[in-house]
Amino acid sequence: MAISTSTPSDGAPGTAPPAGTGTGGDRRRRSTLLHRLDVRGAPYAFVAPFFVVFAAFSFYPLIYTSWISLHRVELSTLNLMEWVGFDNYTALWDDDRFWNALLNTITIGVLSTVPQLLMALGLAHLLNYQLRGSTFFRVAALTPYATSVGAAALVFTMLFERDFGMINWMLSLFGVDNIDWENNKWAAQTAISSIVIWRWTGYNALLYLAAMQAIPRDRYEAAAIDGASRWQQFLMVTVPGIRSTIVFTIVLSTIGATQLFGEPLIFGQGPNGITGGADNQYQTLGLLLYEEGWKNYQMGRAATVAWAMFLLLIVVFVVQRVVQRVAARKA
Amino acid sequence: MTTDSIPARAAHTPPETVRKSRGATPSRGRRRRLFAHPRAGRQHHAGPLAYILLGIAALFSLFPLYWTMVAASTDNTRVTQTPPPFLPGPHLLENLGKAWNDAALGKAMLNSLIVAGVIALSTVLFATLAGFAFAKLRFKGRNVLLMLVIGTMLVPPQLGVVPLFMMMTELGLGQKLPAVIFPTLVSAVGVFFMRQYLSEALPDELVEAGRVDGAHSLRIFWSIVLPIARPPMAVLFMITFVHAWNDFFWPFIVLDMSNPTVPVALTQLSAGYVRDQSLIMAGALLGTLPLLAMFIVFGRQIVGGIMQGAVKG
Repeated sequence: MAISTSTPSDGAPGTAPPAGTGTGGDRRRRSTLLHRLDVRGAPYAFVAPFFVVFAAFSFYPLIYTSWISLHRVELSTLNLMEWVGFDNYTALWDDDRFWNALLNTITIGVLSTVPQLLMALGLAHLLNYQLRGSTFFRVAALTPYATSVGAAALVFTMLFERDFGMINWMLSLFGVDNIDWENNKWAAQTAISSIVIWRWTGYNALLYLAAMQAIPRDRYEAAAIDGASRWQQFLMVTVPGIRSTIVFTIVLSTIGATQLFGEPLIFGQGPNGITGGADNQYQTLGLLLYEEGWKNYQMGRAATVAWAMFLLLIVVFVVQRVVQRVAARKA
Repeated sequence: MTTDSIPARAAHTPPETVRKSRGATPSRGRRRRLFAHPRAGRQHHAGPLAYILLGIAALFSLFPLYWTMVAASTDNTRVTQTPPPFLPGPHLLENLGKAWNDAALGKAMLNSLIVAGVIALSTVLFATLAGFAFAKLRFKGRNVLLMLVIGTMLVPPQLGVVPLFMMMTELGLGQKLPAVIFPTLVSAVGVFFMRQYLSEALPDELVEAGRVDGAHSLRIFWSIVLPIARPPMAVLFMITFVHAWNDFFWPFIVLDMSNPTVPVALTQLSAGYVRDQSLIMAGALLGTLPLLAMFIVFGRQIVGGIMQGAVKG
């Protein structure tokens, strides 16, 4: 790759190859060739690692998943693949646990994504004021992002404990009876959502804040001259101004919600984790995938669940696109 | 030797890029501009209500962490009483020590350090290389390839988890750290992030000057791009490190308790191996401490980095 004759000393254009002699001309021609090769080829070499790794560990597995889903493969004998056609798919379709997990994924996804993004929007708006100690508030908002799913879920599981948990204790101060956060379906889903909300609200708020700071000030001035109140300015200038970022965060959170796994697993504390509670009351598709593959040893079935997750994502994006179009047409 | 390439390059350079890069010196002031738009719409001064609301938000963010520390410093009987404790007790070090042993956190932390460190290093290196190529080098198919990179962000990597597990088992990497590291050696977000930074902060003239001096592309990358790209590289390193440290789904599947990363080791605490609530909280605290320390030291930069990536993303 090296060009032997080139002397890349800084700021000395005079050190071009020695002119004159025959060998110099020869070297010159060769180095021109090498130079061309470098200019043409180097860009590809520079972007290649990304594509190679992505192809090997993301794209190929994604395609291979569909092939596996048409087979019966057991965890203990991974190299024995028995063709079963669409059996895994029909079995999944007839499986109550699948519909339950699908529904749970959607409800927990909505319960965690909607409040999270609304709160992030409000928080970003506050952070966008001229503030004393703005760095402190920003870092504080982002700190939960530094905790792992493991640690966050452990702490929240304890805060949501039925008998001595802090949240039930605080509710009892307002005369609310102890809530069985683990075994009550909606309570459990709320608790799990709160872990997601806690970890990601600050992160989303910073994305919004960055976008808000790029909105030119004259738009606010124009709106103020037109007599818009601060709330109206927020709705008419700020929100439209960061629309693409909002879409971006919706996409990110949706992908995250579809794959929800660690929070319910750890919230279930032990054997109930994988099944998403004793009655599967908070089993997500991610947990079902794990249960099929690594508890029931059916990798083919697990691959089918992966496909279901993918389809769910596609459906959500199509719906979101349509909603966006309709909203744009109305506006 | 390079004489022919100068006009050629100039001809290929669209006027827009030339205009953009005029006077772009990678000075401090220049970098600051990336964080806040010059005509930024910071409309109003915050009133008392804004401070109160922000205070509440900060409390919500920090309280669970504070309480982890409180619970980790008491004993099991105290932590399971109502009202729960709000002030630290005397058993912090003792509990940390026990949790360290019970959850095998020493090994887990070393593993996480290796995994997150290698992933962050390689992500930063490859993202800077590719980002430089996309930002400043001309080549056929550049736009198509860049669209592909962005497109890959939409492919959720977890969906390939079943074949990935089979691949790793076949390669004999099951339960080993490379199985966690390989799939995340590169990041599309990182490539995009570096491209956005370098198209603004790296003047075309500098790259051309390097060419005139006869430097080949790798040499230009090493002596010109790397020094300029240092600040975003540091940010990308920290963000990638946090992500890799906290990653759960794939490590949980491919590793087992004999060789876990920190998040995987922490599941052991919830799964009934440890009954003592204070010890569980001590483990959670230990697993979070390294990143918390990083946040205390570099919090400002990490915040700035996420925002900087967001403006353009």
